[in-house]
Amino acid sequence: MDILIQQLFNGLTLGSVYSLVALGLTLVYGILHIPNFAHGALYMVGGYITLTMMTQAGLNYWLAIVVSCVVVGGLAVLMERLVFHPLRHAPAIHDKIAAIGIMLFLEALVQFIWGADYQTMTSPYGAVVNVAGVTLTMQRLLIIIATVLVMAILYFFLKKTFTGATIIAMSQNREGANLVGINTNRVAMLTFLISGALAAIAVSLAAPINLVFPGMGHLVLTKAFVIIILGGMGSIPGAIAGGYILGFTESLGATYISNDYKDLIAFVLLVLILTIKPNGLFAKGGH
Amino acid sequence: MATIFKQRNMIAFFILIALVFPFLTNNNYLIHVMTLAFIWMIAVYGLNLLAGYTGYLSLAHAGFFAIGAYSLSLLTTKAEMNYWLAFVLALIITSVLGLLVGLISLRTKEHFFAIYTLCVGYIIYLVIDKWDSLTGGIRGLIGIPSPANIGPLTFNTPVANYYLVLFFLLLTILIMYRIVHSLTGRTFIAIRNSEDLAQTIGISTMTNKLLVFVISTFFAGLAGALYASFIRFIGPDIGYINVTFDILTYLIVGGIGTLSGPIVGTIIIVWVSQQLQFLQDYRMMIFGPILTLLVIFYPRGISGGIYDWTMKRKEKKRQNIDKNQQMISAQETSAASNKNG
Repeated sequence: MDILIQQLFNGLTLGSVYSLVALGLTLVYGILHIPNFAHGALYMVGGYITLTMMTQAGLNYWLAIVVSCVVVGGLAVLMERLVFHPLRHAPAIHDKIAAIGIMLFLEALVQFIWGADYQTMTSPYGAVVNVAGVTLTMQRLLIIIATVLVMAILYFFLKKTFTGATIIAMSQNREGANLVGINTNRVAMLTFLISGALAAIAVSLAAPINLVFPGMGHLVLTKAFVIIILGGMGSIPGAIAGGYILGFTESLGATYISNDYKDLIAFVLLVLILTIKPNGLFAKGGH
Repeated sequence: MATIFKQRNMIAFFILIALVFPFLTNNNYLIHVMTLAFIWMIAVYGLNLLAGYTGYLSLAHAGFFAIGAYSLSLLTTKAEMNYWLAFVLALIITSVLGLLVGLISLRTKEHFFAIYTLCVGYIIYLVIDKWDSLTGGIRGLIGIPSPANIGPLTFNTPVANYYLVLFFLLLTILIMYRIVHSLTGRTFIAIRNSEDLAQTIGISTMTNKLLVFVISTFFAGLAGALYASFIRFIGPDIGYINVTFDILTYLIVGGIGTLSGPIVGTIIIVWVSQQLQFLQDYRMMIFGPILTLLVIFYPRGISGGIYDWTMKRKEKKRQNIDKNQQMISAQETSAASNKNG
């Protein structure tokens, strides 16, 4: 029973990180209808920026996260301006290849600057606490709380502010949004900014319980894709729900099925879903 | 007619160069590099038919490459089968797996297809990596035999291997040429341009997509099998997503959806990589942005770019001739009217 609770808690931690990454991916998909294959690379760059800010610049953990958000968000905006905007009328295959190009570049660049070694990020919240018979580190607790907080802020921003409403409007209907006078370029940039910042937050929260290395974005990206297909491409509640579902499935699968094959669970899940429903669960009818 | 002869001459010229290449150099290393480049070209042709001509970007290509390589290796080392029998079986195994994956994955479209195949690629990689008892896991497989003799032909030397791989490459190019210029090839292009339209005019899109997917995996498997017996040891890394990205880079640089693209792209990148050896792992710092820039400015790569350029020049020439003729006829009429006046 203890193991079960512990694993459920681990699933909640994992799911929080997945949800944050998937949220960024789904926002961009909603606006531009491109799967951003470079999102995993943004996640990875965020990890290195936070790490460097903490070790080299000696910044406080929270300040490092803020810097990381700004840098990665800026990088994402730059990507939108320089690559995705010129490609907006190109066939769908071009966006994907361009994004893969950016991803390869960022990975090689990071490896060039920081080396290929695995690095650890020590967070100031390493203490172990005991909550209701479950032992856990403060960091894991922090991940769960911070994620909920970020989601709440994002929800408030999208639903209650005018700027947020423009993002929703544009994801619902691009031409329509343009017709009523929404500056679609600005909204696209804003969306990329948020998406990059979310990736930076996710990695900064998750890195202390994982490792930082150039290839760290691969698995996360692929899993985030699984999540947004699970939750419906472009759907925000779907990305959150999908993230937690995958988190729980993985942590329980690792305990009760096989630890070796735990990374396979997500992909098998996706293959099953797409086999049964080729357009993903909760796909909007027609197109 | 002149252009056909010219093209034909060019092709003959390049084949000749490829044939005499081992005599031009005594450097075994160069021959090794070229043989590897040829192997990659075969894999790139497979991806080209699927992504370039049919418009379905498969990110599981390295996975099928690895399946071909591992099938051959396991059949020869663990089952101790005759080499060529294992070779044929490896191709069949890869194609059958390709058929199964294709049956399901081709129900999805565009982004979903890319993501689906990305996941299939990961599954193949992870299974190879974790299935220790069969594949040797992270240690990989060693002692893979080089191709067995066919009658008097032996494949023990690098040069002999070079010719064997060249033979398969030329066969691949011939098959691709025939496919692309056949009705089937046109059908693939029709599907790429508009799947709905293709379906409306009576093309069975699923059958054709499945066909192209299986052909594509077949060539990935062929390249993999050749790779395994050429390098003679393999690890799970050959199935990793980075290999797919390498293959994709060769294709994009050379020209996606062109017949000469895979050769041009692979040769250029392999040789540039050789020159930039000191960059090693950082070579993507150069090729990554090139990939992105090419897709934005020259979506059909070097081959496509050159083709478009010559077409434009021809068009301009034709317009100039037209203009000259118009001017001549205009002068004639004005001269005639002057006479009358």
